[in-house]
Amino acid sequence: MSAVRCVDLCKTYRQGDQDIKALDHVSIDIAKGQFVCLSAPSGGGKTTLLNAIGGLDIPDSGEVYIAGERIDNLNKGELADIRLKQIGFVFQAYNLIPVLSARENVEFVMQVQGVPSAERIKKSTAILKEVGLEGLEDRRPAEMSGGQQQRVAVARAVASRPALVLADEPTANLDSKTADELMALFTELNEHHNTTFVIATHDQRVMTYAGRLIRMLDGRIVDDINQRAA
Amino acid sequence: MRLFGVLFRLAWRNLWRNHRRTIIMLGAIGVGVWAMIFMTALTRGMVDQMVIDSIAVLPGHVQMHHPDFQDDPSVSNRMLISEADLKKKFDGAGFKAWAGRVRVPAVISSERESRGVTLLGVDPDAERGISFFNYDEVDGRFLVDASDQGIVIGRRLAETLETGIGKRVVLMSQDPDNEIADRGFRVIGLYSANTKAVEEAYAFVGKATVQKMLHIGDTTTEVVFLSDDYRNVEATFQAVMSAMDESVSVRRWYEIDTYLGTMLGVMDGFVLIWIVVIFLALSFGLVNTLVMAVFERVREIGLMLALGMKPGSILGQIIIESMLLLTLGLAAGNFLAWATIVPLQDGIDISVVADGLEMWGVSSMLYPKLYASDMFLATGVVLLLGFLASLSPAWRASRYLPVEAITKV
Repeated sequence: MSAVRCVDLCKTYRQGDQDIKALDHVSIDIAKGQFVCLSAPSGGGKTTLLNAIGGLDIPDSGEVYIAGERIDNLNKGELADIRLKQIGFVFQAYNLIPVLSARENVEFVMQVQGVPSAERIKKSTAILKEVGLEGLEDRRPAEMSGGQQQRVAVARAVASRPALVLADEPTANLDSKTADELMALFTELNEHHNTTFVIATHDQRVMTYAGRLIRMLDGRIVDDINQRAA
Repeated sequence: MRLFGVLFRLAWRNLWRNHRRTIIMLGAIGVGVWAMIFMTALTRGMVDQMVIDSIAVLPGHVQMHHPDFQDDPSVSNRMLISEADLKKKFDGAGFKAWAGRVRVPAVISSERESRGVTLLGVDPDAERGISFFNYDEVDGRFLVDASDQGIVIGRRLAETLETGIGKRVVLMSQDPDNEIADRGFRVIGLYSANTKAVEEAYAFVGKATVQKMLHIGDTTTEVVFLSDDYRNVEATFQAVMSAMDESVSVRRWYEIDTYLGTMLGVMDGFVLIWIVVIFLALSFGLVNTLVMAVFERVREIGLMLALGMKPGSILGQIIIESMLLLTLGLAAGNFLAWATIVPLQDGIDISVVADGLEMWGVSSMLYPKLYASDMFLATGVVLLLGFLASLSPAWRASRYLPVEAITKV
């Protein structure tokens, strides 16, 4: 079964008098455990595709399936449920809830899921250690660097072991060293936990980490390369 | 419950993100709630005092008359029940106090002036627990017994009549045959009352003396009964009713003085309106605070929605935040009200405006009354209306589309 399947997705935005085709008949199929990069110049449609896969945005037409379940026709509450239980998100910026500590941010999704306290603490401690933030558990986002904040976001995204992690330009605000560390972490999590990663980026270095690279232009897939095979 | 825990934590911490705004809003709510309770306590105190004073002047919580006495309060409409029969029925019946009296309109004249007064023929022993003034505070002396030949009038009436203790006045009224009945009395005492109007209205003489003057044997025009609390006179009323037949009319104080009864009845409504009016002013600040708090956190709300929090939980978080703010403000306001009212419960001297208040029957001392029920009412109304006021910003927050909210600059 595919982790993600999109069939003939279309999405058009109106910008002034112009209709912008953000997604133009896009179809992709991502197997479980794949590490996929969506690459496109700005306005190429990668974030729109990522949002459609994550149920954050509804396509004008086409179908989206997550682990075999169609999600494009679900209501807000049902979509929230899918996101909560099956998908981890890492955004470009403003990833964390400022009033919560690193540990509380990591526990947030689990808490909403209803995971018992002891299990949450155990998982959050382990994942924060895994992303190299041991000792910083009680710090608030404002007391951490950008790289540390992104690590907390990654920890939160994978802490509840979602089948799919969607990351939108996760390295955009990071220096090259921190970006490399973050991608190494993604790769490790992908390999150890068989988590499916779909990362939207236009950073060439990030693309080198991906097993599969999907290039987009003007809302269309123009290239789909299996980099492991290459 | 776990979800409530995280919502509560988020709401509490978000409340203190902008300390200054929260403290200003807490101050506004606190002062508003204080104003609600403090003004209510003053009004309650004023109305309570009016009622108590007025009942004292009536006097009695329950009164018994001839059925026609209310329309024509003359001696013709007296009750044809002997003193002995009254004692037999009501002595030992469990009333706090009771007294039979002769109450008729009369004209009192000194050598200089005349005035219309209510003449009260009383038995001082029976009246002691009922009268609106303390016998020991009378200038001169009060009546010794029902056969006392003197008269006690108010200080104000004495001034009006230009008379005083030791001087003589003449009382004139009508007997049952509609003949003039008059008699000279020596002024033996001057009483003080809470209002000048009362001091000018009543003249006290011995009951037996008046009965003799009016040629009515040992009959009376009214019998008054006192219960423990003016708010609960039903038991007393029922006891009198069961003891008497239809030849007399028995009424509760609020049926006798309908103005007071109505005032007490509308008091709760007035308090509610007052609380709601203050809250309406507060609600602008509350809604503004919540709207700003939501507006500042659009991306954060978008993030929480993206992470799988349901719109209903966002709604709940904003409402919890509002309720926390209101609860803290209510605690401050209630404490402030208690702390300012308790020291004033010995009375506030408002004699500077006493003349204006007198026409309402209000005395020159105001005793604020802090009732727990008023504090509960203010708290309940503020929480309920606060909940309703916070629904709009909370609803707006829960309706954000995550993809739009999270990219909001």
